[in-house]
Amino acid sequence: MLKRVHFGPSWLPYALVLPQVAITLVFFLWPAGQSIYQSFLIQDPFGLSTEFVFLENYEMLLDDELYYDTFGRTFFFSIFVASFSLGIALLLAAMADNIIKGSVTYRTMLIWPYAVAPAIAGALWVFMFDPTLGVITHFLDRFGWDWNHKLNGGEAMALVIMAATWKQISYNFLFFLAAMQSIPKSLIEAAAIDGASPSRRFWSIIFPLITPTTFFLLVVNLVYAFFETFGIIHVVTGGGPAKSTEILVYKAYNDGFIGLDLGSSAAQSTILMAMVVIITVIQFRFIERRVDYQ
Amino acid sequence: MIESRPIATMIAHAILLLGVAIIAFPVWITFVAATHDAMRVTQVPFPLLPSDQLLVNLKATLFATQDSSLDLPIGLMMLNSLVMALTIALGKISISLLSAFAIVYFRFPFRMFFFWMIFITLMLPVEVRILPTYEVVASLNMLNSYWGLTIPLIASATATFLFRQTFLTIPDELLEAARMDGAGPMRFFFDILLPMSRTSIAALFVILFIFGWNQYLWPLLITTDESMYTIVMGIKNLLETAEGDPQWHIIMTTALLAMLPPILIVLLMQKLFVTGLIEAEK
Repeated sequence: MLKRVHFGPSWLPYALVLPQVAITLVFFLWPAGQSIYQSFLIQDPFGLSTEFVFLENYEMLLDDELYYDTFGRTFFFSIFVASFSLGIALLLAAMADNIIKGSVTYRTMLIWPYAVAPAIAGALWVFMFDPTLGVITHFLDRFGWDWNHKLNGGEAMALVIMAATWKQISYNFLFFLAAMQSIPKSLIEAAAIDGASPSRRFWSIIFPLITPTTFFLLVVNLVYAFFETFGIIHVVTGGGPAKSTEILVYKAYNDGFIGLDLGSSAAQSTILMAMVVIITVIQFRFIERRVDYQ
Repeated sequence: MIESRPIATMIAHAILLLGVAIIAFPVWITFVAATHDAMRVTQVPFPLLPSDQLLVNLKATLFATQDSSLDLPIGLMMLNSLVMALTIALGKISISLLSAFAIVYFRFPFRMFFFWMIFITLMLPVEVRILPTYEVVASLNMLNSYWGLTIPLIASATATFLFRQTFLTIPDELLEAARMDGAGPMRFFFDILLPMSRTSIAALFVILFIFGWNQYLWPLLITTDESMYTIVMGIKNLLETAEGDPQWHIIMTTALLAMLPPILIVLLMQKLFVTGLIEAEK
């Protein structure tokens, strides 16, 4: 990764990496270390007294059934968001790959939700499903479905899943379409000459060949659902009703900034960091494997 | 398309059109809400076609008047978002260009140590270190300032990797030639490396501008002063006031304004955006 031809040692390279390294130290490594340190402390909400308790914050979390519920809810939410957004994007990309003219036009019409902020996406969906005047609520009402996500936890969960899925489809679509269009046309032609139908060609050739992209997107989508959906949940439900949409990131925020339980919030942050590390390691393992496919 | 199957093609178009319609529906409803007056928006059933109040609503939203119950400075919030998005995008690009240059073109002690230190930031998204980062920013007196909004988000492993990748594809002969002509490292960086990486820079700019514009949790934490609010987080305050007295036509006009700049950038720079996104994730 170093150039064969390069400059010798001097002070210059240190000056060049300095801004990046300084920001990383002050705003990434130091807070991360603080977070781990704080997770060993119990502090009263006014910051008057602090006690070193070692693993007690973790023990309390691991004894707390509500925390396991939050875990379960986070996985439920993430699996639904990832499978819906991957499934819909795969279908749309397969269709766009299959037509001669206009796939770029469809791409233009499908990619822009990527640019919508999660919080704004949340606001759009909350408006459509507003219990009194929402356009979809009114539609559901005709079928006798009295939609109210402010009271019904299941409906609240469904709403955040829909909003999060809606925002992620365009990203997945772009990657699926790019992967499909990079498959050599001769492979598909050979299969067609042998008499394979379009669906047979998709499942026996295209789908296996884009497996690396699918795995990559699965990881990205899970990370998205875990962390980046904070804005959607904060705007749409605020974690409610009765914590029915409170996922891990939301709980860490809520316990720390609203509940002022700093030790517990820090312990939750540390657990989240460990999860990101595991996900990143898996992703890199897989990127190494990806080379084998080609 | 290999063989002619008119029915299959028609089905493909139908599914795609349906997909586009479903994807576009929420934004259409937002647009429609922004073109009606307060009265009509709160009447059931909700209209599906736009009316003629868009300019009135835009004016009421951007230049809040006394009689509207809303006193958040939306125009100022747009400006804050713009400053934040531009600073984050340009800041990330500049410091990543410099560190990638050092790591690829210099041999120096601790080179790999610095590389891993930058790499590790990939694993620390702001969402998992919110409280302690907030405390650091507070102790540096950067709450309610553009510095606090942008600097903590500027370090970027992704951008450094992308530039490293770009630099590795630049032929070694260029450096040899530059040195033979007596160019020092910085001269080489500005006269050869930068011009040759401009596609990567532009592509990354599109992605990072959207990233910066769409920040929500971070501005929510560190701004308490209304004059520092960004438009994306401001929507939450509008929705909270909506609990008592719904100003949906104003809220939806604000939502429209908040998503317009990033959507325009994606659509106008579609080619750069697509290459940037796919390259950055490699």
